[in-house]
Amino acid sequence: MRTSGVIACVGVILIFVTWELACRLLSVPDFILPAPTAILSAAVVQAPLLLPHAAVTALEIVLGIFLSLLVAVPLATVMFAHPSVERALSPFLVVSQAIPVFALAPLLVIWFGYGIASKVFMAAIIIFFPITVSLLEGYKNCGSEYAMLFRLIGAGFWNTMRFLYWPWALPFFFAGLKVGVTVATIGAVIGEWVGAQQGLGYLMIQANARLRVDMVFAAILWLSVMGLAMWICVGIIEKKVITWK
Amino acid sequence: MLVVSQLKKSFDDLTVFDNFGLTVPRGGFTALVGPSGCGKSTFFDVLSGIVVKDEGTIMWLGEAYPHLGRHLAYMQQKDLLLPWLSLLDNALLPVMMSRKETRVREKAIFLFKRLGLLGFEQYPPGKVSGGMRQRCALVRTLMFEHELVLLDEPLSALDAITRRSLQQHLLLLQSEFGRTIVMITHDVEEALLLADEVLVLTSFPMVVRERFVLDMPRPRRSDNHELLRIKEYVLDVLQGDVRNGSSSISPAVVSPIGGT
Repeated sequence: MRTSGVIACVGVILIFVTWELACRLLSVPDFILPAPTAILSAAVVQAPLLLPHAAVTALEIVLGIFLSLLVAVPLATVMFAHPSVERALSPFLVVSQAIPVFALAPLLVIWFGYGIASKVFMAAIIIFFPITVSLLEGYKNCGSEYAMLFRLIGAGFWNTMRFLYWPWALPFFFAGLKVGVTVATIGAVIGEWVGAQQGLGYLMIQANARLRVDMVFAAILWLSVMGLAMWICVGIIEKKVITWK
Repeated sequence: MLVVSQLKKSFDDLTVFDNFGLTVPRGGFTALVGPSGCGKSTFFDVLSGIVVKDEGTIMWLGEAYPHLGRHLAYMQQKDLLLPWLSLLDNALLPVMMSRKETRVREKAIFLFKRLGLLGFEQYPPGKVSGGMRQRCALVRTLMFEHELVLLDEPLSALDAITRRSLQQHLLLLQSEFGRTIVMITHDVEEALLLADEVLVLTSFPMVVRERFVLDMPRPRRSDNHELLRIKEYVLDVLQGDVRNGSSSISPAVVSPIGGT
């Protein structure tokens, strides 16, 4: 495990060193491709400008996560309890993911305005699918002999969900949530590209128009940090909740 | 008394048992011994209502039921403990959904003490040995307030020493709690050491080939001459090597009931 970590670190360092050297030796203009040090410098020096926008994007993502959870958890539970509902809704779920979010973004901006709401919906649409599917698979993965035990106990549906299916599906749920939070930035940023007054996506569009490619990269860097931080947060919560693994 | 008669169960073209019958005395310990796949577990599934019977009658204490799901406790080979609950909460699972929990908690603690689990109540199942897990599963089975207890190879996954210890626990609990126990086992010696009667089953369709009433005091020793003779005979029956009427076992001990 340690060896693989060292190899990964060395790999990343090599990429950045090559990038840095290529920019310096080939004298690549900053408005085409800034060197990693220039990007890092912009990310740190321009932090007072970047961070308020990052906070807006983070808020959109977090609200998107909560919104998707509000829909995904009950939906997965209903689909599990009633296979006919699953059969009926599965095609719509797949279609919801087959439609590019770029196509939905202008519609959501028209419906929910240029404010935060349209971005929250964009993030929620992207997160919703992996959580629903993972949770449903988690429920289905429960051993039939356990279900039989609960039947013999005489447990009702909600008690069986509470004591058996929900804990059983938790690792699957967190796996889906981890995927969700990492791709949630895509939804929020696309929403901001289409129409927004703040957020890292908005800042990227503005910086791009002014050929401030270093700022575009700095925004990407902050987005990456946010994605990684959320992934780590979910991992920490997972460890706190799933104590038996 | 549990009386099962003319029981039939088929899966597509496969008849697991047809016209199957047996009688289990109330408060007794009956062991079912038979080859793998002969339908013993399916019989338990039918009794507990997990699988619906095709035909036949199931009577418990004089009343006929479609199945006995509400009247029995069922312990399987796998302990089926939930890893997210403590051992005590696992044991209390049958009553967790009712309001009786506080009242029966004392009973669970008593059983934990009886089965050598005291001090491990709050341990998660993943932190204790297989024997302790199985003992906890046994406590959970006894927490069902049902007189009839079905045990489907409950000790087969355990090592010899733990198994011997749990066998003693089973006997103690049967005598203390007055349960009617029906146990499936592949271990003929285990059946002979524990049971009041042993039913030897054959497969496809499953029928009771031999019935041994063991009117012998407990604890029994596995090197008991009579038990060794019966064990050899049962093994011969299971291997299909015994010709009708060639048994050398005492008629007082062996009661063939072919045809049921």
